[in-house]
Amino acid sequence: MSFSVNTGANRIAGKGRLSPSKTVTFTLDGRQLNAMEGDTLASAMLANGIHLAGRSFKYHRPRGILGAGAEEPSALMDISRDNARRQPNVRATVQEVFDGMKAKTQNHYPSLTFDVGAVNNWFSPFFSAGFYYKTFMWPKQAWKNLYEPFIREAAGLGKAPEEADPDHYANRYAHCDLLIVGGGASGLMAAKTAAKSGKRIILADESASMGGWLLAESEATIGGRPAGEWVTETVAELAAMENVTLLPRTTAFGYYAHNMVALAERVTDHRSRPDPDLPRERLWQVRAKKVILATGAIERHLVFADNDRPGIMLASAARMYLNHYGVAVGRNVGIYTACDSAWAAAFDLQNAGVKVTAIIDMRAAPDPDLVEKAREMGIPVRTGSAVTKTAGKMRIRSMTVEPIADPLSEKFEIDCLLVSGGWTPSVHLFSQSRGKLKFDEENGRFVPDIHVEDCASIGSCNGTDDMDTALAEAVAAATAAVSGRAVKAPKTSGFASMRGHLIGSAKGAGPDDHVMAFIDFQNDVCAKDVRLAVREGMHSIEHVKRYTTTGMATDQGKMSNMHGLAIAAEALGKEIPAVGLTTFRAPYTPVTFGAIVNHSKGDLFDVTRRTPMHSWAEEHGAVFEDVGNWKRAWYFPRAGEDMHAAVARECKTTREAAGIFDASTLGKIEVVGPDAVKFMELMYTNPWQKLAVGMCRYGIMCREDGFIYDDGVVGRISEDRFHVTTTTGGAPRVLNMMEDYLQTEFPEWKVWLTSTSEQWAVIGVQGPKAREIVEPLVEGIDLSLEAMPHMAIREGKICGVPTRLMRVSFTGELGFEINVPADYGRAVWDAIWERGEPLGMAPYGTEAMHVMRAEKGFIIVGQDTDGTVTPQDAGVGWAVGKKKADFVGIRGLTRPDLVAEGRRQLIGLRTKDPKVVLEEGAQIVADPNQPVPMKMLGFVTSSYWSETLGHSIALALVEGGFGRKGDTLYVPMENETIAVEVCDTIFLDKEGARLNV
Amino acid sequence: MLLIHCPYCEEERPELEFRGAGEAHIARPANMAEISDADFEKFFFIRDNEKGVVYERWRHIHGCGRFFNAARHSVSDKFIMTYKAGEKKPKITKTQIDAVKPPAKGTPANEPVWTVGGKGEAK
Repeated sequence: MSFSVNTGANRIAGKGRLSPSKTVTFTLDGRQLNAMEGDTLASAMLANGIHLAGRSFKYHRPRGILGAGAEEPSALMDISRDNARRQPNVRATVQEVFDGMKAKTQNHYPSLTFDVGAVNNWFSPFFSAGFYYKTFMWPKQAWKNLYEPFIREAAGLGKAPEEADPDHYANRYAHCDLLIVGGGASGLMAAKTAAKSGKRIILADESASMGGWLLAESEATIGGRPAGEWVTETVAELAAMENVTLLPRTTAFGYYAHNMVALAERVTDHRSRPDPDLPRERLWQVRAKKVILATGAIERHLVFADNDRPGIMLASAARMYLNHYGVAVGRNVGIYTACDSAWAAAFDLQNAGVKVTAIIDMRAAPDPDLVEKAREMGIPVRTGSAVTKTAGKMRIRSMTVEPIADPLSEKFEIDCLLVSGGWTPSVHLFSQSRGKLKFDEENGRFVPDIHVEDCASIGSCNGTDDMDTALAEAVAAATAAVSGRAVKAPKTSGFASMRGHLIGSAKGAGPDDHVMAFIDFQNDVCAKDVRLAVREGMHSIEHVKRYTTTGMATDQGKMSNMHGLAIAAEALGKEIPAVGLTTFRAPYTPVTFGAIVNHSKGDLFDVTRRTPMHSWAEEHGAVFEDVGNWKRAWYFPRAGEDMHAAVARECKTTREAAGIFDASTLGKIEVVGPDAVKFMELMYTNPWQKLAVGMCRYGIMCREDGFIYDDGVVGRISEDRFHVTTTTGGAPRVLNMMEDYLQTEFPEWKVWLTSTSEQWAVIGVQGPKAREIVEPLVEGIDLSLEAMPHMAIREGKICGVPTRLMRVSFTGELGFEINVPADYGRAVWDAIWERGEPLGMAPYGTEAMHVMRAEKGFIIVGQDTDGTVTPQDAGVGWAVGKKKADFVGIRGLTRPDLVAEGRRQLIGLRTKDPKVVLEEGAQIVADPNQPVPMKMLGFVTSSYWSETLGHSIALALVEGGFGRKGDTLYVPMENETIAVEVCDTIFLDKEGARLNV
Repeated sequence: MLLIHCPYCEEERPELEFRGAGEAHIARPANMAEISDADFEKFFFIRDNEKGVVYERWRHIHGCGRFFNAARHSVSDKFIMTYKAGEKKPKITKTQIDAVKPPAKGTPANEPVWTVGGKGEAK
């Protein structure tokens, strides 16, 4: 059974390259439409006679489809498969239709044809350039309650989806000898030439079909073959070659240093039922030895009064819709041009049976051959004339034409107006690569000048309009790129001339300040806005751009930049090159966050580091906190306990019986070698020569400027071996600094540094019962006070596993830190737990650890210090070796400001009301009644409730703090002022009696 | 993203593997404790920050882990050469600078010749 589906009344039988037998069905604002496979949403709409594609951003003016490619500023649609798979602001000219696609027009309420926002159009005189800066100035309070909510509601184009994106995205790194960007005539020719060398070639093109503007040709030939067939054959030939990777639907959006080019490949957006194993998009990061840019050119519109009505579109687009998609864009078509190429659109349309009402060429004497051909075909021609007015609300209905030198006007009834202001070379990528442009005065365009990267621009992006020349250029560039043998470029025929241009406003678009002659369709910027910006003092093009927002929409002004620049230059009375061009930036077209993020989401967003005992903590109900990449057990709540209660109990249990703590995240570095002690002397402020083997010392590390960089306990395992611990977050930077000194300042020293952070699991057992718990499990180490005093380190076995057992304490209690190989961490922990639990031991988390160390006045680098704190400031000046000749920071510490009076020093604070717990970060003043702004003396660095002491405790950095012991200071908060007394940083067991057992 | 030639691995590797480490050829004074405030200021705080050729330290932190030095043009970002830590500060010739410096304004248009960049070796 055969049947035919109506894919639109404006399809012209026999035209185009799509197959009428392959059809798809989609909806547009709920209305069901048919299309052919390979149609873009734009071509499918036009086939169905629909030009109206949405409302504009600022004035809510009805807007149509302007182009046929990536430059489209106007026809932005909301495309969805389902609720989650929905994307706003998709260019209808790029989106291929697929079965079941739902397309919606945007920026209107309640409907596309009746939109209340359109009142903005009537108020347009008030929405001039710089409107936001001028209008929302005062009163100040109105910002929060009135202006901002209003602007937020009105701002933005399209609505973002609310559900998480269920699709997945991929990433690929690729290397090649030659990357060719753009699969038009020049790009294909370059690929065909270079491919023969056998070198690795990637050819990327943003469209579904390679061929570029060749697809818009009907009569033209390359090498004697019709252009379309030459494309098909060339693509087939390249596809069959193993050294060539063809990437259609792939936009090169960023050109970075050393020929690194980022590509975004749309893999499944055109498929009705995408294979779930395929990514929706794929990011390519290509490092190419050579790059050939064959990015083509983009046609410009013309700037004249009411140039934005639906039905007004680019002449080149109309040709593409006709010759590739088989779609006539109208039935009565007018042409308004400054460029020869638009005449080809007129001829093609007339030949396809569409009535071309008139060709209006603003040039007084266009090519006589074109004029003659139009006469022969019976198309009325008006030269030296301009379209000064258009009519038609939802679609253009008529145009008013005036000779440029004459006020006499005539009116033409039309349903479509094709415009051309000439062609703008797509120099975006070249410019991103830091290539320098030059202004081609004769043709009103910027073209590539000096290449900074290893690349070449060929064809129309290089300003080469003539097809024979472009192909010769492609062959030459490709041959040079792969050091291949020179071949001859094929001869071509029938390509339209691209001569003629206008940049800036056409007749009737000014200087009148009321005419709406649009430059930037997406941001609704008119010629008059640019003139106003210049009058108001914006003399740099970068200022004009930001003040008017021209070229700042998602299309980055691909069609509009040259017009904006020319109008600004005219208003400034300057030459265009003197005004300059705004900077081109990546991405060339919008790229989804999905493509950029690709695999780096969810579990793969970042590394999660878990200790060997993580599973135990999970099983025992720990609440975790993130510390860098680590998951650390924060506290272990029991039934009915909140954090406060859990932490209070954990502290109490540890101080009264024992606590077990996972300290595995501590950084650990093994410092080994004959010069190890010399090296330790250099890196740490402390003296190390006399540290006995088997003993530990608390070490402070400074930078050369004398500020604390890191701290930790260091154990001497043997004469030439140190077990260095660092803060959890500091391990990489400490090792980096050590490596730096060792490699670059003292390379002759015999020292080896090894990170052992992940090799040792560390189990802290703290509390009066610590020895009783650990002792029976240990072999070969005498744990008695006499044999193993505080700060001793011993090697032996625990539970049959080798251990470095340190008698250290971050709690002030008798305690051990048991280092065992990471693989045994959980097993040893389990054994200790089994023994300790009946003796009343409880696990404690990082919060209880923080409280207990603060009770003892132990600092945490990065919390109680901030990169401007010296060891003296922090109250650990005793750790600085007084007799040392050198260490990192020795000179910095004697700088005048570091030894001056009145530095911020770490002191303890007790609130007058013992129940009040200060806020960390709160500012401290001497006199709470002084006028604002108050003199701040310092701030709270650590603050906790101490269950053991029955009152709150805090540490603070306070100007001249050491001299303020006993003073009353104040912490002004939003609703109260808290009185505090300065005290010692050690709140508990100052004599260390609890340790010495 | 830059390509950086590691003089130890003798490979060009992507910038992601490296970390910059500031200006090169600033030796730590042997008599550190005795130097004057002015000398310390010069040693620790003052940097040339040249517009043009800079000598800088890099570490191949996600590779061999070695620190090395590079001569690079701070405007074009292009490397002139990289060399091992401890090697003498190389003399950079005008030809070497010309090969990496950005084109001057008003330079006449040149053909799309293949320029050479970022090989990390002295030419």
